[in-house]
Amino acid sequence: MSHGILDIAIAAALVIGGLFTLVGSIGLLKLEAPMARLHAPTKASTLGVGSILLASVLYAYASGAPSYHELLIIAFLFMTAPVSAYFIGKVHIHLGQNRKPLPKPARDRLWATEAKREEDTPSVPEMKADA
Amino acid sequence: MIVTYALIFAFAAVSLSLLLTMIRLVKGPRSGDRILALDTLSINAVALIILVGIAGATQIYFEAAIIIAMLGFVSTVAVARFVLRGDIIE
Repeated sequence: MSHGILDIAIAAALVIGGLFTLVGSIGLLKLEAPMARLHAPTKASTLGVGSILLASVLYAYASGAPSYHELLIIAFLFMTAPVSAYFIGKVHIHLGQNRKPLPKPARDRLWATEAKREEDTPSVPEMKADA
Repeated sequence: MIVTYALIFAFAAVSLSLLLTMIRLVKGPRSGDRILALDTLSINAVALIILVGIAGATQIYFEAAIIIAMLGFVSTVAVARFVLRGDIIE
């Protein structure tokens, strides 16, 4: 009986994963603004692939050889998704693909992503004298 | 039996999403959209390889999946940095 419940769980995880992967790609194709397109495939990379990897873990458990190393891929994707999203957002901002320019920052002089190279790297005095 | 049908559905959904991402990769107006489409393409490829592993009931596709996940992240960062700075390692 518990085997039936496990089968249903595997099937549900597979269907949810496939649906969210599809939703992410449809959003990537259909949305208008570049930043909105940046937001769409995060569903595919977290819930979509996460559910499919969870289905793989459950399937390995059901077939009698349990293995949990798919959780490694989930952890890796969850750690690297914000970093790559940050880089792509930075490309959108700097190449002027954003819909509106950034508003003026409240307290600082300028946004950190638009700071010049000399300002965002505090230089050591002897290195500066060398250069 | 229900797992087989769900597996067929997941294969169809992931393959269709790979196709849609490919359309965005070809169409994408500027380079940011193309980088995003490449990142999504590698993530969908990870999902497809894991599905192949479930269908074949083997564990040997896990290494391919994790290598594609790592290379996808590194290549996304490298291409974004190349577009931003004109150089990858300064």
